Amino acid sequence: MDIDELQAEALAAVADAATERGLETLRVHYLGRRGRITQELKGLGRLAPAERPTAGARINAAKGALVAAIDARAAALAQGQLAESLAAEAVDVTLPGRRQSGGSLHPVTQTLRRIEAIFVGAGYEVVTGPEVEDDYHNFEALNLPPHHPARAMWDTFYLEGGLLLRTHTSPVQARVMERSAPPIRIICPGRVYRRDSDLTHTPMFHQVEGLVVDEGIGFADLKGVVIGFVHRFYDREVPVRFRPSYFPFTEPSAEVDAQCVHCEGVGCRVCGDTGWLEVMGCGMVHPNVLSMSGIDAGRYTGFAFGFGADRLASLYYEVGDLRLFFDNDVRFLAQFG
Amino acid sequence: MKFSEGWLREWVAPDIDTATLCAQLTDAGLEVAGTSPAAPGFAGVVVGAVVDVRPHPDAERLSVCAVSDGAGTFQVVCGAPNVCAGLKAPFAKVGARLPGGAIAVAAVRGVESAGMLCSAAELGLGDAAEGLLELPEALAPGVDLYVALALDDRCIELDLTPNRGDCLSLRGIAREVATLNDIPYTAPDCQSVPAAIADQLPIDIDAPGGCPRYLGRVIRGVDLTRPTPLWMSERLRRSGLRCIDAAVDVTNYVLLELGQPLHAFDLGRLQRGIVVRMARTGERLKLLDGREVALDEDTLAIADGAGAVAMAGVMGGERSAVTAATRDIFLECAYFAPLAIGGTARRYGLQTDASQRYERGVDYALQEAAIERATRLLLDIAGGAAGPVVAAANAEHMPRPAQVTLHRHRLDALVGEAIPEAEVDRIFERLELSPSKLGAGAELAWQVTAPSHRFDIAIEEDLVEEVCRVYGYNRIGARTSALPMPLKAVPRAQAPAAALADALVGLGYREAITYTFVDPTLADLLDPEKTAPRLANPMSQDRSVLRASLLPGLVDALQGNLARQQPRVRLFELGQCFAAGAEADDPQSLVSQWVGGIACGARAPESWAAPKEELDFFDVKGDVERLLEIGGHAAAFEPTNDPALHPGQSAQVLIGGTAIGRLGRLHPEIERRLELSAPAFVFELAMEALLRTAPRRHQPVSRFPSVRRDLSLVVDAAVSAAAVEATVRDVLGDALAECVLFDVYRGEGIDCGEKSLGLGLTLQSASRTLEDDEVNRSIDALLACLRKDFGARRR
Repeated sequence: MDIDELQAEALAAVADAATERGLETLRVHYLGRRGRITQELKGLGRLAPAERPTAGARINAAKGALVAAIDARAAALAQGQLAESLAAEAVDVTLPGRRQSGGSLHPVTQTLRRIEAIFVGAGYEVVTGPEVEDDYHNFEALNLPPHHPARAMWDTFYLEGGLLLRTHTSPVQARVMERSAPPIRIICPGRVYRRDSDLTHTPMFHQVEGLVVDEGIGFADLKGVVIGFVHRFYDREVPVRFRPSYFPFTEPSAEVDAQCVHCEGVGCRVCGDTGWLEVMGCGMVHPNVLSMSGIDAGRYTGFAFGFGADRLASLYYEVGDLRLFFDNDVRFLAQFG
Repeated sequence: MKFSEGWLREWVAPDIDTATLCAQLTDAGLEVAGTSPAAPGFAGVVVGAVVDVRPHPDAERLSVCAVSDGAGTFQVVCGAPNVCAGLKAPFAKVGARLPGGAIAVAAVRGVESAGMLCSAAELGLGDAAEGLLELPEALAPGVDLYVALALDDRCIELDLTPNRGDCLSLRGIAREVATLNDIPYTAPDCQSVPAAIADQLPIDIDAPGGCPRYLGRVIRGVDLTRPTPLWMSERLRRSGLRCIDAAVDVTNYVLLELGQPLHAFDLGRLQRGIVVRMARTGERLKLLDGREVALDEDTLAIADGAGAVAMAGVMGGERSAVTAATRDIFLECAYFAPLAIGGTARRYGLQTDASQRYERGVDYALQEAAIERATRLLLDIAGGAAGPVVAAANAEHMPRPAQVTLHRHRLDALVGEAIPEAEVDRIFERLELSPSKLGAGAELAWQVTAPSHRFDIAIEEDLVEEVCRVYGYNRIGARTSALPMPLKAVPRAQAPAAALADALVGLGYREAITYTFVDPTLADLLDPEKTAPRLANPMSQDRSVLRASLLPGLVDALQGNLARQQPRVRLFELGQCFAAGAEADDPQSLVSQWVGGIACGARAPESWAAPKEELDFFDVKGDVERLLEIGGHAAAFEPTNDPALHPGQSAQVLIGGTAIGRLGRLHPEIERRLELSAPAFVFELAMEALLRTAPRRHQPVSRFPSVRRDLSLVVDAAVSAAAVEATVRDVLGDALAECVLFDVYRGEGIDCGEKSLGLGLTLQSASRTLEDDEVNRSIDALLACLRKDFGARRR
């Protein structure tokens, strides 16, 4: 059998090999120490010296072709086997993943975090204080002496013994002013309490109050911050209007309305057909409030604002009944994961 | 404050429509809460003249009338008792639409009726349903009733802030509208009515602090059966007040018109004179509304020789009330101090139109004008003759008009921009603040005197507000201030509370926000050893104590979810808890911050991928361990005797030997009493301790290979895993890289009373590769120690 026939035979056998083991047998049979092509190479010595180069080149070519064929076949077999095992290992990727159930932050907390992020970004400090307060910090220090008729604006929960549940987070502002000197730039988020319960009032709710005290602070600065906040909160430049109002701790005082985000001012159920939503109360800090906390009201002026975070959350997430926030129904909470 | 727009326009007539007027009022701080039409809507009703009345042949109470509309005469059947020939009444012709339906030709008890004569109620003009609405004789038959009664009018309702008592009258609102539009307003005629008789009642003010000024007048011979004229009753109706009789209607009318409350007493039922004094403790007074109250000595009373006849400034008494039979009246018109009335009205829970005005401040210079105005109206309607006005006053207790100066520079600083001088002049003039000016330029100042109707102008800032609100809050620019930008301190030794919330969210908990006030029964069950402050005025018994721990709220939330068929619940809450301490004058000392959680139901959500397993203690313990990692705390867990928790499945958590919280399963007895359908696991930790971060320093990671040895040990069942681990750490010291408890086994092959622990020990040196021999020596030494300490043997 000449080398061409041998090569053809070997290549055919390699092409037919169905397993890696069969392929190995073929490799030994042709290329092993006693393999047939190896034997051919060893037989070169028997040829005339002049023939040796040509015959040698020819056998080496056959060997090269066979090695390449075996490698290629081995790769193909490995590929096929891999494909087979991959197919066997395939899963239904549409099956749900294995996981712990989702946790979630309460929508009011998410709203508070959003509010805090806006103010912290502008250099405000977040300050908190006790929900149980004394009469002095909740009322007197805010220019509401005992028997002030405006105390009726807050229906207050009292504790046996005379302390009370704070009706706003303003006492935190009073405490900050007592212990620090201007410039002051803070927001005070937290739970507050008023004896009131219906669709739009819960006896407990969350308030965020802000306070800025420095030299040269005017109503225009208050407007800049309040309008800016409303725009950032809604991430939209909604129209904002200021209405004169009355709070004992600010003078001048204002109520702030934002154009209804549902109907864009046309009038709807959410805004009671007015086109406006009341979002906060604010004003220039009353000089008595500054003086009472030891701040020179001749030198410093300031503004304060306050709003209900639950109310903003209810507008933001379209929750019609504020009481739902404190029902803690997991199906409700899961919607804010 | 509700009023008729038409009435207001009689005072002041700006050339603007209703919507603009309302927007103006709102923008000036008099918030318009709403407007409504003066009449609910009817059509085809005209002034009818009753020409003839005959009895109905078949019905005793019905009449058959001939009614003229000026053009023709119609036969109308009518059941009203006051129908008579010559009467003018609303006539709903065939085809007319009334609030109750349309009018068609009908047969009433066999007599044809072509239309209907109407009462006020049938037209939706109040609740008088007894008889026909009697129209003024001067009206021409056939005129549309809308025109005749000026019903093309709107009722405007204002939501006033408590500082604006001056706007609780047409006069006050007119003054504002005049200011806003820079036009004058006209007041009604309050000319004095000369005394026609000499009668008077002595007045003695015994409490001048509460009542600095009291005017009274006797009016004899009135006839209170005479009807209140339609123009007045319509205005009262459009202001939300009902007609009673001429005396009450006139006082109400002047109250609305000028803002001055008045009271009419039946003179015949007063004994001797009037004394304004503080009530005597326990003195009883039967009020006009029928309530009988026991007065206290902080209550200002109007008394006669026989005792209290009225609660001053709030409500009159029944004994001296006018009736239809009253002939002689004593008319009271006083100035009561705001503080004297505000407290009273709130204490007795009596908010009246009078108390509302007195507590906010009634114009203290208004009494003469008001009593003259009321006298004139009463005489016109009910006849009679007036005596002289008797005035008692105490100048010392009268309010003193405040003098306030507004400096140009202060105004500019507080506003943030310069409002023109002429604008400020104009605003102060129109608001009747009698301004005078001092200085000029930057030194300019306005000196004003608070008028007697304004109780809210005392300091410079009050004037700034007046200028701003009339000038327009919305005309002032918004400034993005150039404040200093101090960098914020971020404490190194304290983690943010948000880290706890975020970790719990990652662990599959949902955040709950529960009410801070809880049910005392539940609180006692869960925290029998803690006392929390009680509310003095709770809204309900089941929310009457403050929480001493987070458990009552979380347990309540769990119960709610179980009741709503949500069996798998994991909730957490962050918040303040409270300790009782009646003596504590520092509220901060009563408050502490806690994080707590509750878990109930399956360990994992139901899934194809895993069998359903119930939660146990170690699920919740793992969650607590995760929270402890935030501050980097090495905490100890010790069995505890917490009455709320299962005695065998609960622990207290200690950091550095101090207890900072608890965890475990609720006591099965409590689970049973709360009717929980599955075991509930809870935890509760003090946030302050949890968030205090232990200092952290980097430890180099060894580059040398580690050796792992697994030990299976048999020990007494009572030996705690933590004790074994402590010995392991102690003996192996620095060589121990990790110790894992991979197995705990009790059962077949192990004596009862014993357990097997599987420990996986990883040993590693920071400086070299460990030799087998030294590892074996270490393990042998460890085993010897474990044998000595716990009688441990290898399994």
